[in-house]
Amino acid sequence: MIEKKLPDLGIRFGNKVEGENKHHVMICGGTGCTSSRSEALLATFNEEISKANLQDQVSVIRTGCFGLCELGPIAIIYPEGTFYARLTVDHVKDVVEQHLLGGRPVEELVYGSGESFTETPFYRPQMRIALQNCGVIDPENIDEYLALDGYKALEKCLFQMEPEQVIQQIKESGLRGRGGAGFSTGMKWQFTAENQADQKYVACNADEGDPGAFMDRSVLEGDPHCILEAMAIAGYAVGATQGYIYIRAEYPIAVKRLTIAIEQARRAGFLGKNILGKAFDFDVELRLGAGAFVCGEETALIASIEGERGEPRPRPPFPAKEGIFRKPTLLNNVETYANITKIILNGPQWFAGIGTENSKGTKVFALGGKINNTGLVEVPMGTTLREIVEGIGGGCPGGKQFKAAQTGGPSGGCIPAALMDTPIDYDNLGAIGSMMGSGGLIVMDEDNCMVDIARFYLEFTVDESCGKCPPCRIGTKRMLEILTRITEGKGEEGDIERLCEIGQNTIDTALCALGKTAPNPVLSTIKHFREEYEAHIKEKRCPAGQCAALVTYKILEEKCKGCTLCAKACPVGCISGEVKNPFSIDASKCIQCGACMEKCKFGAIERV
Amino acid sequence: MKDTRYTQEQVAQMQKVIDAWKGKPGPLMPILHEAQEVFGCLDEDVQKYISKELQLDVSQIHDVATFYSRFTLSPKGKYTIGVCMGTACYVRGSNKILESFKNYLGIEPGETTEDGLFTIEAVRCIGCCGLAPAICVNEDVHGKFEAKGVPALVAEYKAQAEKA
Repeated sequence: MIEKKLPDLGIRFGNKVEGENKHHVMICGGTGCTSSRSEALLATFNEEISKANLQDQVSVIRTGCFGLCELGPIAIIYPEGTFYARLTVDHVKDVVEQHLLGGRPVEELVYGSGESFTETPFYRPQMRIALQNCGVIDPENIDEYLALDGYKALEKCLFQMEPEQVIQQIKESGLRGRGGAGFSTGMKWQFTAENQADQKYVACNADEGDPGAFMDRSVLEGDPHCILEAMAIAGYAVGATQGYIYIRAEYPIAVKRLTIAIEQARRAGFLGKNILGKAFDFDVELRLGAGAFVCGEETALIASIEGERGEPRPRPPFPAKEGIFRKPTLLNNVETYANITKIILNGPQWFAGIGTENSKGTKVFALGGKINNTGLVEVPMGTTLREIVEGIGGGCPGGKQFKAAQTGGPSGGCIPAALMDTPIDYDNLGAIGSMMGSGGLIVMDEDNCMVDIARFYLEFTVDESCGKCPPCRIGTKRMLEILTRITEGKGEEGDIERLCEIGQNTIDTALCALGKTAPNPVLSTIKHFREEYEAHIKEKRCPAGQCAALVTYKILEEKCKGCTLCAKACPVGCISGEVKNPFSIDASKCIQCGACMEKCKFGAIERV
Repeated sequence: MKDTRYTQEQVAQMQKVIDAWKGKPGPLMPILHEAQEVFGCLDEDVQKYISKELQLDVSQIHDVATFYSRFTLSPKGKYTIGVCMGTACYVRGSNKILESFKNYLGIEPGETTEDGLFTIEAVRCIGCCGLAPAICVNEDVHGKFEAKGVPALVAEYKAQAEKA
């Protein structure tokens, strides 16, 4: 089918060409590294390479996210697989001269102990399926995607498989929805296929609204064609001719790369009429979200595509029967689609061989919060939280004590240190009061107050509740009021019980998943950190020292040297004193920001 | 659109977009996005104009325009500073950054400075959790931002505005 001469990417898999000095310099062009000025890096590399007259041997490629955003901007040089971290334009000349010309990596800029980056503690335990091409190919060049078996899965489906066989394979793989709920993907495909209609749709949920999750964005930025290919396969399997990708407007780079990819795929005949010469039509259109978290809920997303307020509708009917414009619609999340082409090419048994009994394959997590290696990681289902946080993530910064990990965003819960050895999969996370969600994994240390975190999430859901159903609109609001009161030191006896009751009622009666899961952050923190709630309510004390109303700052006279640093740091000017004599804080003006304590070199400021 | 503050060029540009969407299913969201891009906001004039063109009640347009947080009914500053309030940024202290912008610029989130240069907003996760705490100025993301960097950032964009 594909006759065109494709680029040889073997070098990126470590294949060195004997007698040649060929290199590929991969520069991360994900949102993270772009904000760390990777574009300037790219331009400088090209300049220096021309100056060194290496342009025939060295290619510089802008690629997708490598995952380790913390160390950005990142460049990887192949065939060695040398991982350069926190590169600046001033480093480029050295890298070109010493590494590309001289063959010796610039050691002080290399992450890890000099081995290929795939051997570092961050990457070694990972298994990349959804993120397979991220950081390996140029996402704006369809030929690079094609060189790595791109659109081969679509070709296999169209030429060797009936739609029923495609669905059968997805079912056998055991793939479950990566957007949060974990419903069987194959079953969803089957339901949509079984409903007869003159028009059906395939939609991709790229409205990644979970605060702390960015795997969908990275897939779209790093490997947009794999989503288009999977959607075309889905269209063939369920009998749809039109696809929609609903993507957040907050992701401009992903929107741009998708737009380019759609154009390229149309021109190459992978989208449009009579795809690959077969009697199969399929095209994809982008629809931009406009900043409403609830649109990640499938029926709200559908309403938004139709041009209405993004308010959920009661189910049934499910989208497989009545979706976009009341037609049968298959709706999957980005990461779910990112697994499809690999299942078709490698077979469902291969996929089903990875993971746990009821959760197959891998899961991408966005590691964030109080953790050393923040970034994206993809691990087999069943990996323990400890392996992710301590092994891959490198633990909490500053030697602080790990307190909890939050998964599932505003719908999920907090997992305490005692449960760190739980193998992570859909069922285990549900059993301990959290959920997989889209894969945000926020680490909290001893300085984070769990009541404040619950309040933070409730503030989010109150703001994002669409207001259609009373349990969510009123229930979350009442819970937020109680939580706010507790963090302000006005908690009352019985508040914990009230929170549990309202929470349970909201779970039982809300219309959509947003409301049904909104109480989870509250209930799970009560379950695992009840003593923190009690300290706030009974002792009017915040054990983590986070809740401003419950802390006061005091200067210890015997330790204070009168250096004035604290007074200069105070934004409200409530610290005064004479130089070289102990200073004091005017508690009536203090806003408890903690700026003074951070500045003090003598440990003379105490938080009580 | 007659007797409005909008130029003929703006209206002509918008008309092209509307004509391209006419007859296609579900045109409202893409048209509102484009209208905000062209006119800077979705005020009453813009809503009435779209209502007439799409043969929809203006109440319906208003309904949708006010539902989504990205749509604005009044013009924003030249630079919108969005302080990310996603969880990863929050646990790393983004609320202090927001406070700092509020104090330094003397405005509340959602408001615009008198010179029309800056609007501040507390925004939803921008997906830069690896670089928390992060802020964005229009589409430029600034990662690992610190509250003490506020004056320098404001000065940088003021200088940029003067140059332009």
